[in-house]
Amino acid sequence: MSGFFDIPSDLQASYVELIGLHLREALLPVLAGLLLALPIAQLCVRLRWLYPPVLWVTTVIYAIPSLAFFVVLIDYTGQTELTVMIPLTLYSLVVLVPAIVDAVRSVPQETLAAATAMGFGPVRRYVQVQLPIAVPAIVAGLRVATVSSISLVSVGTLIGNQGALGNLLADAMFYHRPELAVTSVVTTAVLAILVDALLVLVRVLLTPWMPRRSHTKPKAGQPDPAALALEDTAR
Amino acid sequence: MDSVTKRYPDGTVAVDRLSLEIPDRSITVLVGPSGCGKTTTLRMINRMVEPSEGTILVDGVDIQKQPVNTLRRSMGYVIQNAGLFQHRTIADNIATVPRLLGWSKQKARARAEELMERVGLDASLAKRYPYQLSGGQQQRVGVARALAADPPVLLMDEPFSAVDPVVRKGLQEELLRIQGELGKTIIFVTHDIDEAIRLGTKVAVMRTGGHLAQFAEPAELLSDPADAFVEDFLGEGRGIRRLSFFPSEGLDLLTDPVVAVDATAEQIAARGASGAPYLLVTDGDGKPLGWSEPGSLPGAAPEELLAYGRPFVAGQDSLRVALDCAVLSPTGWAVAVDGTGKVVGVVSQETIGEAIRGAHAAGRTAEATGRQDDSTGRPEDSTGRKADVAG
Repeated sequence: MSGFFDIPSDLQASYVELIGLHLREALLPVLAGLLLALPIAQLCVRLRWLYPPVLWVTTVIYAIPSLAFFVVLIDYTGQTELTVMIPLTLYSLVVLVPAIVDAVRSVPQETLAAATAMGFGPVRRYVQVQLPIAVPAIVAGLRVATVSSISLVSVGTLIGNQGALGNLLADAMFYHRPELAVTSVVTTAVLAILVDALLVLVRVLLTPWMPRRSHTKPKAGQPDPAALALEDTAR
Repeated sequence: MDSVTKRYPDGTVAVDRLSLEIPDRSITVLVGPSGCGKTTTLRMINRMVEPSEGTILVDGVDIQKQPVNTLRRSMGYVIQNAGLFQHRTIADNIATVPRLLGWSKQKARARAEELMERVGLDASLAKRYPYQLSGGQQQRVGVARALAADPPVLLMDEPFSAVDPVVRKGLQEELLRIQGELGKTIIFVTHDIDEAIRLGTKVAVMRTGGHLAQFAEPAELLSDPADAFVEDFLGEGRGIRRLSFFPSEGLDLLTDPVVAVDATAEQIAARGASGAPYLLVTDGDGKPLGWSEPGSLPGAAPEELLAYGRPFVAGQDSLRVALDCAVLSPTGWAVAVDGTGKVVGVVSQETIGEAIRGAHAAGRTAEATGRQDDSTGRPEDSTGRKADVAG
């Protein structure tokens, strides 16, 4: 049974170290993606005509196989974590940009008008009003991007030892040790579920202003904008 | 305080050469059908919409000459559906502008609590979030938030149109009460002419295309609409509605046709001698029980009495209420009571009719003397006025 966690020496890492590497390679790109997506999304909100081409570009990037990225990047960044993380960052944009655009757009018009009328400048209004109200929908996008990123890290196997838990799949074939594949798949799934749960917790802590019980309908006549935002994202 | 001339081409013209002098410390209502430019006009005052021509002066200072956010922070703004910040507590919502102005947290918080009391919100709501409040409560928060930095000017854009009629009436009364205490310069936009007449010290009726149709006090609007559009917009029952502006104070109340339920036959005979066809029977406390013919008294059972409809409070209610009571009453007589519900007299439809004619005559006299000095904003009202004087 110890075979499940008996990591082949060619990976030069323990089970726990593989988990650490996996999380780093999965989460840093999402974080970088978020930092990129926020200004891009804000530009798309401000300049409506920009949104369709941006959406098109992110989708096309998502369609480029990671191997193609590696071929190009390996000349510059070598067989490093960075070579894996750059495409993952770009992939996350396909989810994050539309999620943030829809989230920011879903902030009620009268809330924005009230903010302007009270003397909020555009920057202050964005940071203090639009962004906080958009948090639930942004987190919803982050959850999808994060889970997808955690599963995508495995492609790092293509450039050697950068696939983290994904390398166990290759080793399972290579050494005829199917239990390593089980370890890889189960651990990756558990990581995804745990990180996802953590994001839900973060959302709850960040938004004490949202109705708690999902069953209670918001008072008649005022649809819950957060719920609308989530719907928008789902669409 | 305000001298406004502005034009706003937006492909189409939203507000066309509008000139208004908005009186200080009173409620001015902009009213009109959708697309008449009333909201655009309001938004030009705090520069959420920039006028393409003309100038707006506040206290003699051109609003273009001050930084836009300074200007906006000096004007409270209340919007339909309140537009509260759903991610902030009620207290934080109210404290928004004070915080923007750099007040300390404690000072802003204390101010928020003071304002919650002023607008009739329980202090326990301070830590709640907007979703936990009813529509009416949210609107109160909206008003409190607008008042937070004690701005001299309050802009209100259809603030009460999204709540039900009962709540709306409560909010209107509250606004009038707060205005009585604070004396702000309020500019109020609505599409509801009844709300305009109820709240406005002066009412500007606007017409599609951004034209000012008439700018007048509500009573004058009802009696002398400037043209067919204003008349049509005011709707039915102008004469009756105008009675709201006539006090019932001067009404000739009769006490003769009022008898106590335990009155003796002689007393009743004496009362009946006044010639009134009906006598009002009151209980031991002087409260009305119902009408009876003099012949069937004394000893009429309570259920034999004719219902008196409802009473009006003498001096406090308007002639409109008094007339309504008289019309409701099967005898054609209205019952006047004091603040405690005790009968102070009765009055017939005929007497109320006389009082109305008297009020008209007094109004015409006042108008004739006041006409020379108030020519602003009503270029077209001379024809309507003449017709009224002639009639």
